[in-house]
Amino acid sequence: MSVLTLVAAVRDALACEMAVDPAVVVFGEDVGREGGVFRATEGLQERFGAERCFDTPLSEAGIAGAAVGMAIGGLKPVAEMQFSGFSYSAMDQLFNHAARMRNRTRGALAVPLVVRMPYGGGIGAPEHHSESPEVLYAHVPGLKVVIPSTPYDAKGLLIAAIRDPDPVIFLEPKRIYRSLKQEVPEEGYALEIGRARVVREGRDLTLVSYGAQMKEAHEAAAHLHQEGVSVELVDLRTIYPLDQQTLAASVQKTGRLLVVHEGPGSFGVAAEVIALVLERAFVHLEAPPLRLTGADTVFPLPRGECLYLISGQRIAAEAQGLLAFRP
Amino acid sequence: MFERLDPRRGERLSILRPDGTLDPPAGVPLLGDPQALEAYRLMVLARQADEWAVNLNRQGRMPTYPPNKGQEANGIGALLALRSDDWLVPAFRELGAWLARGVPLRQLYLYWYGNEQGSHLPRDAYHTLPVSVPVGSQPLHAVGLAYAEKIMRSDRIAVTFMGEGATSAGAVHEAFNLAGVWGVGVIFYVQNNQWAISLPTERQTASPTVAEKAFAYGFEGVQVDGNDLFAVYAAVSQAAEAARSARLPALIEGFTYRLGAHTTADDPRRYRDEEEVRRWSELDPLLRLERYLLRKELLSGDQVDTIREQARAEARRAFEEAEGTPDPSLEDTYRFMYAQMPEVLEGQLRRQQPYVRPVEPPALVPPDSRAGSRQ
Repeated sequence: MSVLTLVAAVRDALACEMAVDPAVVVFGEDVGREGGVFRATEGLQERFGAERCFDTPLSEAGIAGAAVGMAIGGLKPVAEMQFSGFSYSAMDQLFNHAARMRNRTRGALAVPLVVRMPYGGGIGAPEHHSESPEVLYAHVPGLKVVIPSTPYDAKGLLIAAIRDPDPVIFLEPKRIYRSLKQEVPEEGYALEIGRARVVREGRDLTLVSYGAQMKEAHEAAAHLHQEGVSVELVDLRTIYPLDQQTLAASVQKTGRLLVVHEGPGSFGVAAEVIALVLERAFVHLEAPPLRLTGADTVFPLPRGECLYLISGQRIAAEAQGLLAFRP
Repeated sequence: MFERLDPRRGERLSILRPDGTLDPPAGVPLLGDPQALEAYRLMVLARQADEWAVNLNRQGRMPTYPPNKGQEANGIGALLALRSDDWLVPAFRELGAWLARGVPLRQLYLYWYGNEQGSHLPRDAYHTLPVSVPVGSQPLHAVGLAYAEKIMRSDRIAVTFMGEGATSAGAVHEAFNLAGVWGVGVIFYVQNNQWAISLPTERQTASPTVAEKAFAYGFEGVQVDGNDLFAVYAAVSQAAEAARSARLPALIEGFTYRLGAHTTADDPRRYRDEEEVRRWSELDPLLRLERYLLRKELLSGDQVDTIREQARAEARRAFEEAEGTPDPSLEDTYRFMYAQMPEVLEGQLRRQQPYVRPVEPPALVPPDSRAGSRQ
C-alpha cells in the first residue's frame, strides 16, 4: 500500500498498465518531458521511453484522430486533453469515429482508446478551463464515461478503462487532484466500469453525486447525520452506462432522491438519474426527486467562481427541504 | 523522393500520353505488362460497377451513391504500388482502390445499399478501414496507424485518400502536421477532381497546387496526372519506398476529374459547363490505358469486349448478392455498440423486440420523380 493523492493514483495506474502491456501508449500536450500540466504523467517518459510517452503538437482533433488509428492498429492509446474545455475540437473524431467504429464495421474493428481529461471548476483557472462536459460524451452511443472521486477508484477505474475493449472518456476532477489522500494498493487492479458505490448506507434519503462534488456531498451527509437524518450516499463513478440496479435499489429503500452535480442542470446527469428512478422506483417515492446542479450559465471567471459552485451547506439545506415534503 | 518534379515550379508527373504511348522520365518505376493488364481489368470492373450503381439508383434499387467515373486510375494505380497488408484508409470515392485491395464488390454494394455488414472487413484479412463520410476526418487515422506500425517496428505503411475539398478542413492540417513531426510512413493521396460538389478548386484554396502544401509540413509533395495509371503508380511506388524504409510521409495530388455527379442526388449541370466535362472525357483514364494495351498488342479488340462483358456480368451478380443479403436484424443494430451490451441497451432492446417484425423497407424514390428536381 502507498498513500496517494488522486493525481498520483492516475499516474500510478498509467505506470502499472504501461509496465504490463507494451501496447499502452500515453500522449498529449506537455505530457512527456514536462509530465503534464498537472503532473499526471510525470516520470513516465523517463521510465518507458519517448515512443510510449510523448508530447504532441497542440492538436486536439489530431490527438483524438491519431488515437483512433493507433487503437485500430493494435495499440492501447491513452490520450490526454489538457483541459476538458479544449476537447470540443476532438469531438468529431470521438463521436463520428471512435464511438461508431465497432458498430459500423459490425465488429470487424474496435477502438479501445482512453481519453483522459481534467474537468470541472474550483481552482481559479482561466476562462474555458473549468468545464464539465460529461453529459456531452455520455449522450453519444458507443462511448463510456467514467469519473472517479477517490484515489483508490481513480487507479482501479483508469486501469479498467485502459483494459476496456471500447472507447472510454475518463474525466478527472482536478479540484480534488491533491485535496485528499488514500491508501492505494501498489499492484494493478481493475474496478468494474458501470458500477456505482454506496459510500455510506442510510434509510431516509439517497444522495447521489460524483467527481469533485462528492466532497461537499460527504460534508452534507455528515452534517445531516448529526441532525438525525440517515443519508445513503452514492458515488456514481460511471456516468455511462449508469448503474441502474444500485440507484433503483437505494431509492426503493429510502424513498427520497437528491442528485447533485456541478455541471448545468438542464438535460444533465441528474435528469437521467431521476428518470430512471421514476421508471423503476415510483411507488416507493415519498417525495418528488430533486436535483441540485450547476445553473444553465457559463462557468464564471475566478472572481465569480464561488457563486457557481455548490456548497455542502446548500446540499444539506435542500435535503432538509426534501425531507420536509408532505403531499 | 520526387526531386525532379516540383509542384512549385508547375511540374506534374505524366507518363501515359492520351494516345496511349509512353513518355516516361528517366528513373521512374514503370508498371510491368501483367500489372498493366491487371489494372485494366480492375478499371473496367470499377467502371462497370459504377455505371451499374448509378443505373440502379435511377431504377430506385440503390440509395444515394457517389460515382467514381473518371477517377479510377488514382486508386488502382496507388494500390498496385502497395503491399496487400499496407493500411488502406479511404474516403468514399475510392471504388478502384477497394477493388484493387481485393474487397469483394458485393461488400461495397452492400454498404451503399444500406447495410452495415458491407463494412465488415476483418482487420487482418484486408487492412482496410470502412468508407469515411465526414470529409477530411480519416487522414488522422492513417497517421495513427502508421505511428502504431512505427512503434511495433513493422515496415507496414498507410495510405489515405481524400478529395481536394477535404484539404480545407482543419483535421487534414493536423494530420499533415502530425505526420511531419512524428515521422511516420504515411502517404496522403489527394484526388483533386476539380469539384467539391459545386465548389471549384480555385475557390477551395488559393495555393496553385495542393501538392506544394506538403513542403510546409516538412515532407515532399508531388502532383501527378491522376488520369494516368503509370504516373500514379510511379509516384506511389516512390513514396511507398521512402515511407517503408525511412518513415517519410508524402503528399501526392492526383490531378483528375469527376466525370459523374458528386452523388446520385446531385445534378452537376447546375454548376459546371458540359464543355469542360467533354474535354476531360478525352482524357478518360480507361481509354488511355486501353489504347496503350491495344497498341502494345497486350490486348485485342475482342478481348476488350470480353473483359467488359465479364465485368458487366460481375457487377450484376455482385449487386444481386447484396440485394439478396438479409437486412440487419434489430439485435444487430444493438449488439455491436459495445463489446458487451450494457444493461440499459438490453432493456431498450427487450422493449422494442415485440414491435419489430420483418417488413419491406419503404420503396426508394427514383430521383427524377423528386419534387424540384431538374433531371
